[in-house]
Amino acid sequence: MLKRLSMKPLAAACIAAALACAASWAAAADKVKVGFVSTLSGPSSALGIDIRDGFLLAVKMNGGKLGGLPAEVIVADDQFKPDVAKQLFEKDVKRDKVDFMTGVVFSNIMLAALPEALDNKVFYISPNAAPSSMAGKDCNPLFFAVSWPNDAYHEAAGEFANTRGLKSVYLVAPNYQAGKDSLAGFKRTFKGQVVGENYTKLGQLDYAAELAEIRAAKPQAVYIFLPGGMGINFIKQYVGAGLGKDTQLLLPGFSADQDVIGPVGPAMAGLFNTAHWSPDFSNAANQKFVAAFEQEYHRVPTLYASQGYDAAQLIAAAVRDTKGRLEDHEAVRKALKAAHFDSVRGPFKFNTNQYPIQNYYVRTIGSDGKGGLVNKSFNEPILKNHGDAYVQGCAMKG
Amino acid sequence: MLVLEQALNGLQFGLMLFLLAAGLTLVFGVMDMINLAHGSLYMVGAFVAAWIAGRTGSFALGVAGGVVLTGLFGVVLEAGLLRTLYARDHLSQVLATFALILILNDGVKFVFGTDLPLSAPAAFEGPVELLPGLSYPSYRLLILGVGIVLAVLLWLLVQKTRLGALVRAGASNRTMATAMGVDIPKLFTIVFGIGAALCAVAGAFLGPLLAVQVGMGENILILAFVVIVIGGIGSIRGALVGAILVGCVDTLGRTALQHAFRAFLPPQWASAAGPAVASIAVYVFMAVVLAFRPQGLFPARG
Amino acid sequence: MRRAAPLALAALAVLAAALPWLLQALGLDFYLSLANRIVVAAIAATSLNLVLGYGGLVSFGHAAFVGLGAYATAILVSEGVTSGWAHLGATLLVAGVAALVIGAISLRTRGVYFIMITLAFAQMLFYLANSTKGYGGDEGLNIRARSVLGAGTFAVDLKNPVVCYETALVVLALVLAAVARFVPSRFGRAVLAIRDDDVRAEALGFPTYRLKLVLFVVAGMLGGVAGALAVNQQGYVSPNVLHWTQSGTFMVMVILGGVASVWGGVIGAAVLLLLQEVLGAWTEYWAFWTGWVLLAVVLFARRGLAGLLSAR
Repeated sequence: MLKRLSMKPLAAACIAAALACAASWAAAADKVKVGFVSTLSGPSSALGIDIRDGFLLAVKMNGGKLGGLPAEVIVADDQFKPDVAKQLFEKDVKRDKVDFMTGVVFSNIMLAALPEALDNKVFYISPNAAPSSMAGKDCNPLFFAVSWPNDAYHEAAGEFANTRGLKSVYLVAPNYQAGKDSLAGFKRTFKGQVVGENYTKLGQLDYAAELAEIRAAKPQAVYIFLPGGMGINFIKQYVGAGLGKDTQLLLPGFSADQDVIGPVGPAMAGLFNTAHWSPDFSNAANQKFVAAFEQEYHRVPTLYASQGYDAAQLIAAAVRDTKGRLEDHEAVRKALKAAHFDSVRGPFKFNTNQYPIQNYYVRTIGSDGKGGLVNKSFNEPILKNHGDAYVQGCAMKG
Repeated sequence: MLVLEQALNGLQFGLMLFLLAAGLTLVFGVMDMINLAHGSLYMVGAFVAAWIAGRTGSFALGVAGGVVLTGLFGVVLEAGLLRTLYARDHLSQVLATFALILILNDGVKFVFGTDLPLSAPAAFEGPVELLPGLSYPSYRLLILGVGIVLAVLLWLLVQKTRLGALVRAGASNRTMATAMGVDIPKLFTIVFGIGAALCAVAGAFLGPLLAVQVGMGENILILAFVVIVIGGIGSIRGALVGAILVGCVDTLGRTALQHAFRAFLPPQWASAAGPAVASIAVYVFMAVVLAFRPQGLFPARG
Repeated sequence: MRRAAPLALAALAVLAAALPWLLQALGLDFYLSLANRIVVAAIAATSLNLVLGYGGLVSFGHAAFVGLGAYATAILVSEGVTSGWAHLGATLLVAGVAALVIGAISLRTRGVYFIMITLAFAQMLFYLANSTKGYGGDEGLNIRARSVLGAGTFAVDLKNPVVCYETALVVLALVLAAVARFVPSRFGRAVLAIRDDDVRAEALGFPTYRLKLVLFVVAGMLGGVAGALAVNQQGYVSPNVLHWTQSGTFMVMVILGGVASVWGGVIGAAVLLLLQEVLGAWTEYWAFWTGWVLLAVVLFARRGLAGLLSAR
């Protein structure tokens, strides 16, 4: 009796799973399978949604293919939870046997789930998170960052603060790897004085306490790294607390992109931010991308969307250059490293640690001529052919 | 000045916590039921308010709609389902209301999506100069005002009206109250409805500051339980005092402790340790109250 | 207490032990991690059943002990200690001491206050885990190595998923055997007497407080062991393991499976996790349906699923 009791659910699950597997067995190896896990719900979902939309747009524009092979993209929501991401990665790698994993927005989620891919010899193409640990001592031949090293935007901002003659700055970032990287990056280039360094809880949305501290510290400027919903709330509350009048707000690109401009509104006009990409870049690849994105999704792409698009392009280039022979890992890696694709940001190449070397620009938020606001870039990059500070710590040399 | 601003923040958070705790303490005190789904009512209130505000463009309508509809939802929930749990042991109540959390989380996700934006009313987007050098966000002052008004109204309700007398009777001795002819089922339904409505107010007003998202009730629920244990189960006055105490310890603790830790810890560690220790302090506080005065600071029962 | 037919039990044991190879043959080896998670959850749920089911103590902080075991093991691994026996020792020590302290204080209260105070302690540990930036803090801690029992050619390295699963299975079997022995024993009958009427038990001369404390500590230690096995399976631990919703989930497993029954924890863990998996493959709203199932069990099957089936 008890035997029947415990076996029934187990047997049922086995049968159900077998049926599900049989369905996917029907598809042979002549396609490229990509596991896409990102934050698609919650206050910061706009980021994951944009990366996904950019990625899928690239696939669509190639007729549902990547590099000549039909592409199957398995999209799943990590719900901003590392444990969920880990299980999704495991499912994609072990059950669905994907060729590439990609998608995660946040460094902490990515770092938790990454071993599932890397330990099972599956490439991870990061369209966003690119922490210092993976650039240096933990670098891995299977890990490619197609976005920018976590510190980069902040190094650019620090340099920009110097050019503006700012002498005292208060810093705020969430208390996780990327947050730490960001403020480390700013401090690396900034020559003035840091009058305060406040790490908030990741996902925190009420900044009353931090704003009170900022008011008491009286800095010339405030620099924040608060992606997604965090940034939206902070900026709104910053303005609501009356701080915008006396203290300049400096931002990295992701706290000043379309996903923030929309909800915050006119208060964003005139704010400066740094990024590796802007929707107004004039290269052919970008013009094509922006036009297609706006037509498909009826909104201006954020830099997250551009990264998702480039990630798909990178994978497509690798598939194309290895002529679809994805079992040859060394060849795939070489092809990924060579990065023969037209990035929407302009010139793109990988450093020895498989992180990008590229330019960074200053942008400002201005009118789009249609009653809304959009980012406009300055032509001269503030940082040129910039790599990252951790490449020396990486054992990969070529 | 910094301390004053932080104290106001603590008071503001405490008052919103009070709205949740008030409903919870009444349900627990009068009906002797552990309702884990109380935080879900807070979530439902926030979502309904956000949805209405999004459709009509009016925050006020959102709040009004949220309060009324959530109150009604609470009444239906009580009459339809929770009523059967009063006679059951606490363990069954825990399980059933835990199941409710699962159902409501997914239910809300299905109807509204995983999150909805909710903005403070445009009139309250800027600061108010309270004292020279102290500008405080006007929206938070609005919350403070609403919280104080509701606290006073609740006090009047409980102390000065017949309904309030019945509630107090039920909270202090239910069997006697039944023996005296109080229509207990109807009383319970009304109490539950009021509790749900209060949750909705907190949800709608905290929405712009926190986020209106699925699962938002889970963290604040536990704090509400802590508040009612400290304040005394069944006592509105206890809930108010407890909530303000918890709100202030939490808010002031966070910042004061961070400052203290920064003297000898790297900033990332200090920033993590400060809020954590403040939260631990809240629970230690509750444990101490339970050890020395288990009925709470203002016990409702004689 | 029904005794299962020895033949059925043996068949079940063989099937469970042979599962990894069965799954591999079907090409379903991905599901080994699910099976492993079920076994580990079963150990945690069974340990909770000791205090909750047999002891009648509604402990709302059991996840704390599971979490302590997980963190003790993870921290040791991240510091370079991979000996499984060291992990076991540390787990039993840490979870045991915590259970002793928490139990000593909490057991002086009763009813809803007991529930609240066990919850409070678990939350304190949750925030403590969140604050330890050195070991991941709220980002969690990844471990690259695992527990290794023994050395040399006879080393049992839990990094191998099959080895990990079989080890957990052995532990589960030991725990179940222990519980089956415990129930009819003097200790067990005393605990049941206390649960049913502890005033009378006290009057009859039972040292109720001491007995409850011993039970609480044993349950805590076993919970810790479950945590140690969990982190070996996952390779990752985060403060979420200690969150009150996790304690709630364990309680749900116990009640679902059947309080005060030897197999209650196993049945509850298996049903809940399988529901999640099977429903999750079909709809993203699996929690919704799971909630209704739970509600039905509370309202209509007061003795849990084990009770439902043994009534036939």
